Amino acid sequence: MRDFEYEAPTTLAAAVQLLTKYNGRSRPLAGGTDLIDHVRTGRLAPDVIVDIKKIPELNILEAGAAGLRLGAAVDCSTIRAHAAVREQYTALADSCQIIGGVQIQNRASIGGNLCNSGPAADSTPSVIALGGVCVIASALGTREVPAEAFCTGPGKNVLHPGELLVEIRFPAPAANSGSHYRRFIPRNEMDIAVVGVGASVTLDASKDTIIAARVSLGAVGPTPLLAVDAAAALIGKSPTDDVLKTAGAAAREIATPIDDMRGTKEYRLHLVGVLVERTLRGAVARARGETLDYRPGH
Amino acid sequence: MAKKRVVSTTLNGEAVEFLCEPRQTLLEALRDVLQLTGTKEGCTNGNCGSCTVLMNGKPVTSCLVLAVEADGAEVGTIEGVARGSALDEVQQAFLEGAALQCGICTPGFIMQTEALLAENPNPTEEQVRFHLAGNLCRCTGYDKIVRAVMCAAERRSAAGGSQ
Repeated sequence: MRDFEYEAPTTLAAAVQLLTKYNGRSRPLAGGTDLIDHVRTGRLAPDVIVDIKKIPELNILEAGAAGLRLGAAVDCSTIRAHAAVREQYTALADSCQIIGGVQIQNRASIGGNLCNSGPAADSTPSVIALGGVCVIASALGTREVPAEAFCTGPGKNVLHPGELLVEIRFPAPAANSGSHYRRFIPRNEMDIAVVGVGASVTLDASKDTIIAARVSLGAVGPTPLLAVDAAAALIGKSPTDDVLKTAGAAAREIATPIDDMRGTKEYRLHLVGVLVERTLRGAVARARGETLDYRPGH
Repeated sequence: MAKKRVVSTTLNGEAVEFLCEPRQTLLEALRDVLQLTGTKEGCTNGNCGSCTVLMNGKPVTSCLVLAVEADGAEVGTIEGVARGSALDEVQQAFLEGAALQCGICTPGFIMQTEALLAENPNPTEEQVRFHLAGNLCRCTGYDKIVRAVMCAAERRSAAGGSQ
């Protein structure tokens, strides 16, 4: 593998200083499940690798009245085992249990998944559906970017050299709300999404009318997408089959999938409709306090 | 070349210090520096699970971990599984159940199984299959492996969960 220096700062200020000093020649290391492979294959050629796992701010995982704070380096196993994530930010737990196998989940982070900016990233639609906001630090201070605006193309995002994703903040879910992520793959596990869909919904006190919703799509465009019209089609409605179908049709309108070995464009467009309906049904069930029997791959 | 680093770990229960380059993976350090060649290299990109070791009790693919990241960590490898000259329940069940052919994937499967049984001593077959999803075997077709894991779980439970 390419020769590089390794730094493991213990403060955010020191990490930002290093990233600034090496201006584009360094790469932050969280779980390394993408980075180390990319360095080995030559896709990335950093001179310095900055391990960010010893910085307290990047390891934060706290849920409270103000919402959820998720440090960019927290691994998927830790996230999916967290009680508040499982109960209130369930789509994140769904994503974290289907990214790779157990070994990968023990290392890989949602922050890294976001920064790798793959169109088929399994956690990004969940982050978008739950209204995640990315907190980015640099020598100039911090700035915030909504998750749906973070990725700008395959492998590309809004981070400039010297900037570091510190954490993702999520608003506290309203009463009677639920979320879900599911993907379609032709296997039971260990595969890349043909299509992935995230959704969060809030019901009124009767638990029959949708008063807020966010729907997000993965693997059907150059970046994960927020399906604004699909969510709008749900507001004020009861989640009947027809209403969910309308939302699925609206989501298909913004999907621009490619043909590849995982599926044709036509197949993916069909799947968007099917998965939006199924994911919304799951999110609604959770919003009603029902247990969703979601087994990955089924 | 980047200068070598000293890494202090607890390796299979013993304090071990070694020198490595920042670019060396934990897999490379285990095999090439520490001569612990039980851990196998398969795909080198995290897909196959052959290089699975335990880091602070959790299974990880050692080809995707830098050796320097193991500083201060507890690392468990296949060399630390047997009890003296006796195989443990998992190794014994794999052997008796012919849950291996070429054997390259076996140390990874055994480490992954040890992690599963430490967390869930009586897994269902579906739990076993999902837990082992990150370990590939191109010889056996998995059924014998899954049966060996179930057998090891039963025996270990019957023996009072000793490990």
